[in-house]
Amino acid sequence: MSEKVSARSFWIGYQTILIKEVTRIIRIWAQTVIPPVITMTLYFVIFGAIIGRRVGEMEGMPYMEFIVPGLIMLTVITNSYGNVTSSFFGAKFGKHIEELLISPLPPWIILLGYISGAVIRALVVGLLVWLVASFFAGFQMHNIWVTASILILTSVTFALGGFINGVYAQKFDDISIIPTFVLQPMTYLGGVFFSVTLLPGIWQQVSLVNPIVYMVSAFRYGILGISDMPLWVAYAIIIGFGTVLFAVCLTLLNRGVGLRT
Amino acid sequence: MLALEVNNLQKTYGNGVTALKGINLEVQEGDFFALLGPNGAGKSTLIGIISSLVNASNGETKVFGTSVQKNRSKAMAEIGLVPQEVNFNQFEKPFDIVVNQAGYYGVPRRIARERAEHYLKKLELWDKAFSMSRTLSGGMKRRLLIARAMVHEPRLLILDEPTAGVDIEIRRSMWHFIEEINRAGTTVILTTHYLEEAENLCRNIAIIDHGEIVENTTIKDLLSKLDLETFVLDLRSPIEALPAIEGIELVLKDAHTVEASIPKSKSLNRLFRALEEAGVEVVSMRNKVNRLEELFVRLVHADAEEVKEDER
Repeated sequence: MSEKVSARSFWIGYQTILIKEVTRIIRIWAQTVIPPVITMTLYFVIFGAIIGRRVGEMEGMPYMEFIVPGLIMLTVITNSYGNVTSSFFGAKFGKHIEELLISPLPPWIILLGYISGAVIRALVVGLLVWLVASFFAGFQMHNIWVTASILILTSVTFALGGFINGVYAQKFDDISIIPTFVLQPMTYLGGVFFSVTLLPGIWQQVSLVNPIVYMVSAFRYGILGISDMPLWVAYAIIIGFGTVLFAVCLTLLNRGVGLRT
Repeated sequence: MLALEVNNLQKTYGNGVTALKGINLEVQEGDFFALLGPNGAGKSTLIGIISSLVNASNGETKVFGTSVQKNRSKAMAEIGLVPQEVNFNQFEKPFDIVVNQAGYYGVPRRIARERAEHYLKKLELWDKAFSMSRTLSGGMKRRLLIARAMVHEPRLLILDEPTAGVDIEIRRSMWHFIEEINRAGTTVILTTHYLEEAENLCRNIAIIDHGEIVENTTIKDLLSKLDLETFVLDLRSPIEALPAIEGIELVLKDAHTVEASIPKSKSLNRLFRALEEAGVEVVSMRNKVNRLEELFVRLVHADAEEVKEDER
């Protein structure tokens, strides 16, 4: 009996969720891996190669190079968020989430499994986009530790956000409302295509409440060595944001909100 | 040891419907226990609380002495659940579904694969093990639910209407498998609408109605309470009127068929003597319904079909 509720059994349970999630990503690769790579390639062609030539420099960098970190971030954010919402809500909708809910696994392991799956997808797709980017803009790396840590922290944070969306979602529309009406504007206005210092007066102040600004800025520092925000502020905001979301996710799971009657 | 102990279990849903009104129930280790009740009686809510899918409003449920409410993980490790509805991912393969379920219970992958093969073969699903689950027939899906519930080898197996919509041949093979599991020591709790199933398989029974246990005894004791049996008599020649026989109720269903309800205290000879005197010739006779079904209908209220519980 005891071996079913030991640290080892929880580790096996975590690995199982992860295997299941990765298998799902591979099984539906045409939906999970390929589309973001194609979309980002088009961004590089249109905004980088065609329009970028006329834009000239941004923050002292050729425009093509400037948008690389932002577009990788855009990929990481949408894929980590989208992976959890679709996988978790799909499991809820098809009722196979009950396989996990009746198991001995504690809520935090279930959460960790789903988040890890989302991070893996975000990193794989992010790296593929990076590969495409290096074809257009060459490969650059200013600080690998900042780059890697911001990539992981950002994907974890948005995977947690996606999880909350999945918990509350009752129908498929509910998992597209936040990405369309909140996430997309936040990302596009978060300095992906421009430096927030270009924003006029009050809008520059408004952009400071957008956590994506800090993520893109810190990631741009990791790759290009330029940043709109102090690095420590970016880390504090990303970690703080992630911690709050993690606590909310755990509370929802422990209470069984949207899952247990 | 008690496999299941339910103490003063209450459940009132958010919409104000009270599904369980303070249920007390005990199931001994190794038992084959039937939980019966009409639709909306509270069976699914009770199973939901035992398996932690539904939060109780009050009371406690213990599985092999471990409280589901206080130590969920340890209690859940002992339970295998075959739900009423098919709830696996229909885009996954049966083998993967069973192996993954084992993983959630901490069974290492190599052992999980061996067990998945064992149970899928036992339940005659091995040739479909690597097909997409949605291509399985209804009976196969039901058997897959059983294989999935057994892969971590639970000490308590709960089957919520496992044979609903399954043809008689497959139903019998499922009974055989579940009996084998029970003989090997697994405690089994079964809810079913096929009362014949409960009568043939189970040793003890609880009948739940309107959120309360209305009967909790052995099948043997329950059947001994049956004091009235109804027989269907097929007649050689058509008749228009029936003779009156004291203490026996006769109903003419059609010109060739009579239903006779006879208390156990009365002799069947009296019935046949009276029919012979009236010139009525009986060519064959059978029980109207399964004995347990007769009792069940009398125990639960007439408005049994009225669904008062929102089944999750």
